[in-house]
Amino acid sequence: MTLLATRGLTRRYAGLVAVDGVDLAVPDGGVHAVIGPNGAGKTTLFNLLSGLVAPSAGGIRFGGADITLLPADRRARLGIARTFQNIRVFGAMTLLENVLTGLHPLLTSSVVGIVARLPRFRREEANAVVRARGALALVGLVDREGERAAALSYGDQRRLEIARAVAGSPRLLLLDEPAAGMNPAETAALGTLIRRIVASGTTVLLVEHDMRFVMDLSDSVTVLNFGRCIFAGPPALARADPAVIEAYLGAKVAARLAAG
Amino acid sequence: MPAWLEDLYWTYQNVVTALGVNGLLALSMYVVLAAGQLSLGQAAFMGLGAYSSALMTLWFGWPFWLVLPAACAAPVAFALAVGGPTLRLSGVYLAIATIGLGEVLRAVYLNVDALGGALGLSGIPEQASPLLIFSVLGVALAVLWLVGRSGAGRAMEALREDATAAQSMGIDVRRVRLVVLVASAVLAGLAGALSAHATDFIGPNDFGFEPAVTILSFALLGGIGSPFAPVLGAWVLTLLPELLRGFADLRLVLDGVVIVLAVLFLPRGLLSWRMPRRAA
Repeated sequence: MTLLATRGLTRRYAGLVAVDGVDLAVPDGGVHAVIGPNGAGKTTLFNLLSGLVAPSAGGIRFGGADITLLPADRRARLGIARTFQNIRVFGAMTLLENVLTGLHPLLTSSVVGIVARLPRFRREEANAVVRARGALALVGLVDREGERAAALSYGDQRRLEIARAVAGSPRLLLLDEPAAGMNPAETAALGTLIRRIVASGTTVLLVEHDMRFVMDLSDSVTVLNFGRCIFAGPPALARADPAVIEAYLGAKVAARLAAG
Repeated sequence: MPAWLEDLYWTYQNVVTALGVNGLLALSMYVVLAAGQLSLGQAAFMGLGAYSSALMTLWFGWPFWLVLPAACAAPVAFALAVGGPTLRLSGVYLAIATIGLGEVLRAVYLNVDALGGALGLSGIPEQASPLLIFSVLGVALAVLWLVGRSGAGRAMEALREDATAAQSMGIDVRRVRLVVLVASAVLAGLAGALSAHATDFIGPNDFGFEPAVTILSFALLGGIGSPFAPVLGAWVLTLLPELLRGFADLRLVLDGVVIVLAVLFLPRGLLSWRMPRRAA
């Protein structure tokens, strides 16, 4: 079954087509990667999927419903969570408060309920705290829940961002270059973490430059070049595909490799 | 009330009233700043509350317990009307737009004869006792404290920190911005009605650009880590001119120096403590 599908998805900027008629199909379950050289349109594609950028043409369907016109917060409520290439944790807030913010859609009390501290409000808050601690435990940060997010190291901020995104058990998690700036040990731990997230029932779509990481982890790969989709299929085939090699290494090198 | 306290009260009645009213205005500034919006319409909201409540009392003779809540109607309507177009703006653009709207209202008060023109409205009965003013301030502080320690408070802070990330968490950014603007209008409207009914006179210049900046300076001096901080800032800035009375002509200079020093050396305000964002 297809969880997320785009049809002719296009985003034009003045003098540039960042995403050009992309047909993407993300099946329900597993890890799926979007790769491509710098400037291929990967981050714009993620911004289109999460609703931070409006498409110039084309459509997006998620779980069978058309979400093309929905704003980002509505998509988050439908179960599309994301992290950012340039980390965007709430620096002044504690780790626990950061993750609680990711659970915002679960809190439905009115102002009256909040001010009067009605039982439903207390229940919702307590429930959210339990879930937030669970997400922090998943990424190994639970014993630091009271620290300010800005005080964390770069790698820990990346993990906090993932905890904040998965706390609400999203159906689709978009990870924008999660391994950027990580050493091999941290990258391996990230791979384990992503497998655990997938095992819990969340589908993962990731943009990543670390090829070994992508090849080891992904069930399918989509390759973008200059905003167009040039390959979609299993990772092993992507490595052998002439168009993909050309996109990464240039026509000359690709020809020399093909000649043997 | 013992005689000495009564003496003190009659001597400093205006200052006591100003402490309560300015505290409410500081909270009106706080709610928008806490959600990352630099809106400077608080003086305009206050003016709408003051003028509409004065008219309800002077023209219709409504009792004050009815006038006070009704005084919020005009500022809230104004907030809802300007919220749509202005909430697309942020930062300094929003500040300029809201200053402009405030000046428009000031011109209206100045030129409409029924509103007293430049002379303003006088003879408003003094129905707002210090006890009432400080009760309203206390309730406002309690509500903001409780709301701050909930998902709503986290949503506001998240919005201030990073609106894009907040929206990606499922927070309806436009809705939060409109709600805080309406809350700001309610608080400033109450402050306007209370102040009009505590001083018996209101005029167009009470609600222009200068008061708008003064209200901002309450929050700048006090900080926005908790609702108590801007109220502290308002109290310091209200008492300072009184304490510096002996310096005569140097008063305003010293006033300015205190603010400059505070901004330079206490960038997060006098009370930089950040309130927890979880329900206790």
